[in-house]
Amino acid sequence: MSTQQEDSLITTDVSITDTGRTDQPDTTVVEAQNLDVFYGSDQAIDNVSMEIPEHKVTAMIGPSGCGKSTFLRCINRMNDQIDVCRVEGDITFHGKNVYDNDVDPVALRRKIGMVFQKPNPFPKSIYDNVAYGLRVQGREKEVDLDAEVERALRGAALWDEVNDKLDSSGLDLSGGQQQRLCIARAIAPDPEVILMDEPTSALDPIAAAKIEDLIDDLADEYTVIIVTHNMQQAARISDKTAVFLTGGELVEFGETQRIFEDPEHKQVEDYITGKFG
Amino acid sequence: MSTDTDEGLFGDIDLGWEHTKNKLFLGLIFAASMFGVVMLALLLLDVAHTFYVGLTEFNISLVQFFTVDGSRRPELAGFRGAIIASVMLMLFTAILAFFIGLGTAVYLEEYAPDTRITRLLEANLANLAGVPSIVYGLLALAALVNGIGTGPILIAGSVALALLVMPIIIVSSQEALRAVPDSVRNGSYATGATKWQTIKEVVLPAAMPGILTGTILALARAIGETAPLLMVGALFTNRMPFGPLDRFSGMPTQIYGWAAEPSQHFIHLAGVGIVVLLSILLTMNGVAIYLRNKYETEV
Repeated sequence: MSTQQEDSLITTDVSITDTGRTDQPDTTVVEAQNLDVFYGSDQAIDNVSMEIPEHKVTAMIGPSGCGKSTFLRCINRMNDQIDVCRVEGDITFHGKNVYDNDVDPVALRRKIGMVFQKPNPFPKSIYDNVAYGLRVQGREKEVDLDAEVERALRGAALWDEVNDKLDSSGLDLSGGQQQRLCIARAIAPDPEVILMDEPTSALDPIAAAKIEDLIDDLADEYTVIIVTHNMQQAARISDKTAVFLTGGELVEFGETQRIFEDPEHKQVEDYITGKFG
Repeated sequence: MSTDTDEGLFGDIDLGWEHTKNKLFLGLIFAASMFGVVMLALLLLDVAHTFYVGLTEFNISLVQFFTVDGSRRPELAGFRGAIIASVMLMLFTAILAFFIGLGTAVYLEEYAPDTRITRLLEANLANLAGVPSIVYGLLALAALVNGIGTGPILIAGSVALALLVMPIIIVSSQEALRAVPDSVRNGSYATGATKWQTIKEVVLPAAMPGILTGTILALARAIGETAPLLMVGALFTNRMPFGPLDRFSGMPTQIYGWAAEPSQHFIHLAGVGIVVLLSILLTMNGVAIYLRNKYETEV
């Protein structure tokens, strides 16, 4: 695995890694049906329908401004923070439309965690960063907090580097460590789905490789949906790939291997081979 | 300057007068920026001189100054009552202004929708900050001292000072809240926190150094204010207040009273009082600057 990663960092052709999960039957956990998203009068997502399988890594790729991040932020309703954003169509989580009136976005986000493009640890200690989710969700009394913090930090492959300085500020860590801290924060409350919005784009290649390895492990327990600019990354870590192109249209969606080796659409082939985008 | 290089490559360009203008202008703006510094130095020298003469020629004992209240007789007068009154004033001003001011700032920055009413509120804040301090004194006089009939009590002075510094606290708190990056708020929402949890657990702790700095600077402004206290009748009281309902005279009003006396002894007591007041002011500003420097590297 590591040699393939190093190769693909310096070569332009795409190497596809078999994640070893492709043979399992798919259970849909998140599904979009005829989804449209508007920012004011600009349409960011145009009639997107797709089914995202459980316990797999689904990657979304496409050029800047193609709507892939917007789509991701619909799943946990982070778009609610933007006043001018309007969503039409259905996006369901276990069959329930997340934009229904009786869905509380706070409750939704307790089941669907998120990791952002830029590491955003809180100005608190490492321990408090990881414990944050369990505390705000009122579960610190039900669980062994110390054990849960350790489990999350181990899950984010950060425990060995920080176990002797849990009281120091999360802001004192390096960029790559901060991003793994944010992953630990996201997995500590044990959500079902983890959304990742270009989680490695602000990191150096070595830190990015660590996060990629981590994503591979996370898919054993969680459904991972990742937006990335980096096609090699999508090819290496994902089971399924969705290709968005400018205008917010989903052009092609399917098994990663098929998308990269035998795309149906000429546009997708052009994008993947670097002819445009 | 460039007169002897006529034969050179740039001999046809004469910049002599332009460079002279540059220097003249530099001298002018430097003098302008030194004006304030020189004036402050002169003021401090004058105060220091009065302070020195007071201690030596009028035998003002610093021990007595800090342990005895004001008096009609200059040789028996001290500053204790005024210091205690000012400390109590600051305490009640801080309680009144901090929570209301911080609440307003949190509402405006975190909750208020961008409507005409919000913009009207914000514009009003800027106006409030520009209202002369004596007007707040008049308000407290009309509403409390005469209106409710409390008389010239300490809490009336605190209300006037709290109204005076509230806009400063609101604006500086807003700036501190705005400096907390949205990415941190989003991180909290994405972890399943409610809006209030996000504000209480993440935004306020991150903004608190800035909020405290602004509050201390606002209180430093309040402690030296004289006009609102004169308006609510904080004069001609010498004894120490024992609670918010007592009559009082703060440090600035005590100094004002002494400085208006014909006796030279009283005038030098005023000089010593000014040194004490300035020391407290500079200490408060120093703490504010220390806090700001200590925390500005974080977040």
